[in-house]
Amino acid sequence: MTTPRVAAHAARDDVLIALRGVSKGYRRGGQTIPVLTDISFDIRRAEFLALMGPSGSGKSTLLNLIAGLDSADRGSIKVSGEDITRLSESDLADWRAANVGFIFQFYNLMPVLTALENVELPLTLKHLGRRDRRDRAHLALELVGLGDRVRHLPSELSGGQQQRVAIARAIVTDPMLLVADEPTGDLDRQSAEDALAIMQRLNREMGKTIVMVTHDRRAAEHAGAIMHLEKGELSQRVELAHG
Amino acid sequence: MPLLLAYSLRNLRVRKLTTLLTAGGMALVVFVFAAVLMLDSGLKQTLVATGDDTNVIFVRRSAEVEIQSILDRAQARIIESQPEVMIGNDGAPVVSKELVVLIALPKRGSTQVSNLLVRGVGREALAVRPRVRIVEGRMFRPGASEIVIGGALAGRFEGVALGSSIHFAQRDWQIVGRFDAGGSGFDSEIWGDSEQLMQAFRRDAFSSVVVRLADRARFDALKTRLEADPRMTVEAKPERIFYEEQSRLLSGFIRIIGLALSLMFSLGAVFGATITMYAAVASRQREIGALRALGFRRASILWAFLAEALLLGFTGWAVGLSLASLMTLVRVTTLNWTSLSELAFSFVLTPAIVLQSLLFALAMGFLGGFLPAVRAARLKIVDALRAA
Repeated sequence: MTTPRVAAHAARDDVLIALRGVSKGYRRGGQTIPVLTDISFDIRRAEFLALMGPSGSGKSTLLNLIAGLDSADRGSIKVSGEDITRLSESDLADWRAANVGFIFQFYNLMPVLTALENVELPLTLKHLGRRDRRDRAHLALELVGLGDRVRHLPSELSGGQQQRVAIARAIVTDPMLLVADEPTGDLDRQSAEDALAIMQRLNREMGKTIVMVTHDRRAAEHAGAIMHLEKGELSQRVELAHG
Repeated sequence: MPLLLAYSLRNLRVRKLTTLLTAGGMALVVFVFAAVLMLDSGLKQTLVATGDDTNVIFVRRSAEVEIQSILDRAQARIIESQPEVMIGNDGAPVVSKELVVLIALPKRGSTQVSNLLVRGVGREALAVRPRVRIVEGRMFRPGASEIVIGGALAGRFEGVALGSSIHFAQRDWQIVGRFDAGGSGFDSEIWGDSEQLMQAFRRDAFSSVVVRLADRARFDALKTRLEADPRMTVEAKPERIFYEEQSRLLSGFIRIIGLALSLMFSLGAVFGATITMYAAVASRQREIGALRALGFRRASILWAFLAEALLLGFTGWAVGLSLASLMTLVRVTTLNWTSLSELAFSFVLTPAIVLQSLLFALAMGFLGGFLPAVRAARLKIVDALRAA
C-alpha cells in the first residue's frame, strides 16, 4: 500500500532515503520473530517525519535501520543514493559519523564530560584542529540556547538542558540526517516543547531531514508528516498542514 | 589530551573507591616486584663493587671462594714476583697476600650467632684497594693483635666497636679503627695483619693473593703464564668477576623466589582489574552504544577501555614504586651462601628497575582490561543503547 503513495508524493531527485523491501526479525528461543515485513517508502530531503505506532510495532527498529545502527535481513536502504546495507561495519561507522546525528530518549551524554566536550566528541572523528572543534561546539551550544552552560557536566543540567546538549551534539557535524528516538519521552511538557521547537527550526531553517520516533501525538504534530507502523507494516502516512 | 582518553581517565576518577582498591592491589604487587629486583640489584652492586678492575685475585684452582683456597708461601712469592704486578713508590710490589677465615660472634640484642669474615691482609692492602679508607681510629700495626672493622659491622655484633676488643683464635684483638669500603662487601669484614692471624689460627698458607696490575691489558699474559706453570695450581680472575660470581647463587635464589611470588600476586591483581573493568563495561553500556552510534569504531572502544585498564596499571605502578623507593633507606644483612659470611647491603633502585616495573604494571593492566575491553567493543549498538 505504501509504494504507490511514495511515488505520488516524492519526486526522485527529492528523495533522501529510499527503503525497498526491507524486512527484519529477531531470533528468540530458536524462532525468528518478524519485526518489519517488506517495508518500502521514501523520505524526502528536508522532511520532518514522525514515525508512530504502538509498542513493539517496529518503529525503533526501522529508525535503527535508517540510521545504520542495525542491519536489515532483506531489502535495501539507500541514503542519498548509497545503499548502506552493503557497507561493512567500519564503513558504516564512518558513514554515521559523517551523515547522521542522533537524539536519544535518555540523551546518552557522557557523564564525565562537560557539555562542550560532549558536543565536541563527534568532531574528534573529523580532521579538525582543537580550536576549530571548540568553536563549532560553542556555536552548536549557542544554537540550542546553552552558550552559558558549556562547562557544566550533564548531572549539573536539567533534563531539558541535557536533551538540548544532545541536539547540539547531533548537529555539530552538520549531518544530512537527524534521527530522534522518543526525544521527548523523558522530558516535562515545557522542555519537550523547547526541544521540539529546536528540531522544527533545524528542519525549517537549516533544511535538516529529521526522522523521529514517538509515542506522543503532540510531539508528532511538530513534524511535517506522520507515518504509522503496526505489526511491522506501514499502515498510513499523514501529511500535516504546517509541514 | 584526546577526548576519548580524557573520558577514560575521568571515569577512573569518578569511580574513586574501586579505582583505589584495584590500583592499590596492583601497587602492592609492583612493590613486591620492584623490591625483589632492588634487593637483587643491591646484592650485586655490593659484591661487584667489592672487586676492582685493576686487581687480579689468585686462588687455588677450582676453589670458588677464598675460604676453600690454599696458596702456600712459595706460590705467593712466585705470584708477587711477576713483571705485570705494579710496583709501589716504596719499590715493593702492590700485592696483598690474604688469609680468609670465618668466626662466629653473637649478634647484638640477640642470642643468635652469625658468621663474620676475618681477612688477614698484607702491608699493601690499602694500596691494592684504594677505595678502602680508614674513617675512624687508625690502621692496625703489623705484628700486633690489632684489627680494623668494616663500616657495616658497627652496631651489628656484640662488642664489635672501636676501642673494644673481641676474643677469637685464643687471643684478644683490639679494635683500633673503622674503615669505609664504599658500600662494598669489605664493609662487612674484619681486617687484621695476615701474619698475626695465620699464627693465631695455626695456618701456614694463604687463602688468596691479590695483585694490582701495572697495566690492565696484561691480565691475559699473566693468567696464561701462571696457570700453565707446573709449580702452581692456581686460577687467576679479575677481582670484579670473582666477586660477581659470588653473587650468583644468592642472587639467583632471590630472583626466582621473588619473581615467582610477584607472578602469583599479580594473578590476583589481574583478576581484580578484570572484575573492575567488567563492572565498568556493564555500567556504561548505554555510553558505549552512544559512542558507537556517533561513529566511533569498535577499535576505538577497545582502546578506550584498554587505556582505562592501562591507567589503572600506571597508577598502581606509581604508588608501588614510590613505596618501593623508600626501601632504599633500608639496609639488610643476610648470609652470603657462597662465602658463608654475613653480608650487609642496601636496596638499590636503578633505571632498569623503574622501566621493568612499569612494563610489569602495564602488563597487569593490559591483561586485566583486555577481555572486558573486547566485550565492550563487541557489544551490538542497539543492545547497548537499550541497556538499563
